[in-house]
Amino acid sequence: MMRVALLLAVLIVGSTGGEIAITHGMKSTGEPERLRPRELLAFLARALRSGWFWVGVPLMALSFYSLLVLLSWEPISLVIPASALSYVVGTLGAKYILREDVSPARWIGVVLVCAGVALVAAG
Amino acid sequence: MGHELRIRIKTLVMILAMVVCANAGDLMLKRGMTQIGAVEISAVGLRHAFTSTVTNGTIWIGIVFLVGFMVSYMTVLSWADYSYVMPAGAFGYALLTLLAVVFLHENVSPRRWVGVVLICIGVLLVGQTRPRTTEVVAREVAA
Repeated sequence: MMRVALLLAVLIVGSTGGEIAITHGMKSTGEPERLRPRELLAFLARALRSGWFWVGVPLMALSFYSLLVLLSWEPISLVIPASALSYVVGTLGAKYILREDVSPARWIGVVLVCAGVALVAAG
Repeated sequence: MGHELRIRIKTLVMILAMVVCANAGDLMLKRGMTQIGAVEISAVGLRHAFTSTVTNGTIWIGIVFLVGFMVSYMTVLSWADYSYVMPAGAFGYALLTLLAVVFLHENVSPRRWVGVVLICIGVLLVGQTRPRTTEVVAREVAA
């Protein structure tokens, strides 16, 4: 039980941490001028040169491998609903690390989405 | 067209692209792996699985869709909040359930319907907030 909780924490912190690092990298890359293939390619090349992107990728890989290990221990109907907690953890990260302004409406929305994903995944 | 409205539409289009690519990618991987058959966890089994996946066209179509997902995700995060895009992307779960009912005539449990309704209300609530709440960082101008 303890090791499941621990690995679940690694899964959630890894995926949200990775996405937060990538978001930070993308914000400093700046948005592409236009969404045309050439501008988009130049934009992606800029993004891949951002150090934050390469902080995010191993964190997401770590999260992916913890998911695989968890799935080998516990049924999928437990693992995926539990990982829906990452919506709430991600929003906390967005608020305190990325300094995004999470309004009450957005919070309520996130909590509903989290509960909804847990129910859908539980089947 | 107003600046705010333009950002909203642009964000919506990218989130739709994300959801479609992620679902199509997963579907193609699933279909490709079904063609390959169950993978045996042994040195020979894994080597066989590796060669059959890299030579399977359906798997490659799946990978292209998943790359498309990553590109649209990264692009939308360059202007929109993480706390806006992440919950909005959950719309995919609701969409997948609806597609399963309409096209595959799957039976969906009441619990799952409640989940779909919660996701839809949640996404609508998040969707009507401002997509970007942080300052635009001045981009370094190449000298």
